[in-house]
Amino acid sequence: MPIAKTMTHADLAPRFKLPRWRLGPFVLVVPALVFVGAVSVYPVLLGLWLSLRNTTLSSPEDAFVGLANYQQLLSDGGFWNAWIHTIEFMGASTLLETVVGLGMALVMSERFLGRGVVRAAVLIPWAIPTVVTSKMFGWLFDGQHGIVNYLLRSCGLIPGNLNWYGSPELALPTIIIADVWKTTPFMALLLLAGLQTIPRSLSEAAAIDGASPWKRFWSVRLPLLAPSLLIAALFRALDAFRIFDLVYVLTGGGPADSTEVLSTLTYKNLFSALQFGYGSALSTTMFVTEILVAIGFGFFLLKRFREVQL
Amino acid sequence: MSAFLQTSFHGARRRYLIGRVFLYVSAALIVAWSAAPFLWQFSTSFQLDRDLVGSAPKLWPDPISFDHFINIFVAKSFHRYLFNSLVVAGLTTLLCLLIGSIAAYALARLNVRGRFGILGFILAVSMFPQIAVVAPLYMLASQLGWLDTYRILVTVYLALGLPFVTWVLFGHFRTIPSSIDEAARIDGAKPLTIFFRIIAPMSLPGIVTTGLLCFIASWNEFMFALAFTSDIDRQTVPVGIANFTDLHYVPWGDIAAASVVVTLPLVAMVLGFQQHIISGLTGGAVKE
Repeated sequence: MPIAKTMTHADLAPRFKLPRWRLGPFVLVVPALVFVGAVSVYPVLLGLWLSLRNTTLSSPEDAFVGLANYQQLLSDGGFWNAWIHTIEFMGASTLLETVVGLGMALVMSERFLGRGVVRAAVLIPWAIPTVVTSKMFGWLFDGQHGIVNYLLRSCGLIPGNLNWYGSPELALPTIIIADVWKTTPFMALLLLAGLQTIPRSLSEAAAIDGASPWKRFWSVRLPLLAPSLLIAALFRALDAFRIFDLVYVLTGGGPADSTEVLSTLTYKNLFSALQFGYGSALSTTMFVTEILVAIGFGFFLLKRFREVQL
Repeated sequence: MSAFLQTSFHGARRRYLIGRVFLYVSAALIVAWSAAPFLWQFSTSFQLDRDLVGSAPKLWPDPISFDHFINIFVAKSFHRYLFNSLVVAGLTTLLCLLIGSIAAYALARLNVRGRFGILGFILAVSMFPQIAVVAPLYMLASQLGWLDTYRILVTVYLALGLPFVTWVLFGHFRTIPSSIDEAARIDGAKPLTIFFRIIAPMSLPGIVTTGLLCFIASWNEFMFALAFTSDIDRQTVPVGIANFTDLHYVPWGDIAAASVVVTLPLVAMVLGFQQHIISGLTGGAVKE
């Protein structure tokens, strides 16, 4: 067997006649690959196939229809409605979570009394099940007895109770607030890990040269953090694109479809209308969009890094 | 000269103090923002319904009532959802750790050909949107007669958890010096013996934390549980809570009580394992 392309310490170490297992190691990876393949790769291919059929579980209809489902999708007002809400949600939540998360990370990266408490506290929203978060915000923002309305009224910020997620204008913003609460901590911890790899000495040197805290952040730490920041934002955006639990439990896509997003629309087509063909066309479209975004972003990052190196 | 030094010293000191005050205020805001919604849920769960719909909300329950907790167990059989969730999340975690750690061990410490290809494949697959696999899996499960079983949920959660477990443990196992395996190999130990007797015990904190994260993810999962179960004997906690609606009004008190029951153990575990979790979550995120 030729020496493996990647040199490990074992390869570089003086050679005793160590026994080598040839097929052995791969066998240990097989169970994991089988599960992942059976539950991810195979179903995705099956979904692609379903999207070309008019399968409906409530009727015996099940025939090959080519791209008819995709044609229907392009002229489906409900699809474009959900598409717009998804993009709005993705843009707003990613932006807010990145900015607020960066702020939290900057605070947590400082040394101060009780830093452990802060780091523990931010894990609370992350650990709470999303369904519980939805219900919790449903109660906080309840139109009649919600405490948020009460507090805002007490401060004189609003004249009367707002019907937050019960009104078409405020429902999506309410969902965005709930998502920002739930997900920002994770973002903050990722960015904190990124910040901690930047040597303190750089920032301290700038301070000695008389740079203000803002200048130190903007010209020293932020550029060095940029790669972590961009990657974290990408993962967040891809994740936000498939938002399901929050919307499904808090508003069910309503009122008047004002919070319908692609995942909830797809789920309803699949499991309420039982249109597995059309529903699969929707989910395949989401899948392809995500791949394109990921590839596009990958190229953007590669270009950025090359420029930095040149 | 010395006057100049002194003023600049005072200026720096003032700026330092302002910075500190700003820092502590921000830290307090972060803690309040993170904890307040759950604390309100906690308080709600101990309040009487008539207090919840009163004109001014009471921050502290008065009188303290356990009605909602009694209600969710007696009237809504919440313990059945809890049991189902424990079984599914527990089994998933055990199997995930077993299969994932062995795969990670092989990838990290044995000569698996194309290991980075395999790792890349696992990572790519983990990014598939779940909505894209739910319909085909539903059809497969229905053909196999696996709807409304623990089996289907465990299988799906296993596949969702394995990429994460494999990647994180791969990172852990790479940090152990390879001379340790070599010594054991010279002594004639087989790979799995080395793993179970040496590598796994050495990485126990990492394995436990990874298992905890896997447990939380399975415990919290909603969409597959919603699609694949319709029977209270197999439905998990998130599905149960999502369905907590009475005919004429939303039982906010009961929902709050259920939220507290499912979340307190998680929050306690997370706070207990805080340090490990933060490094586990973010370990792979940045290049050291």
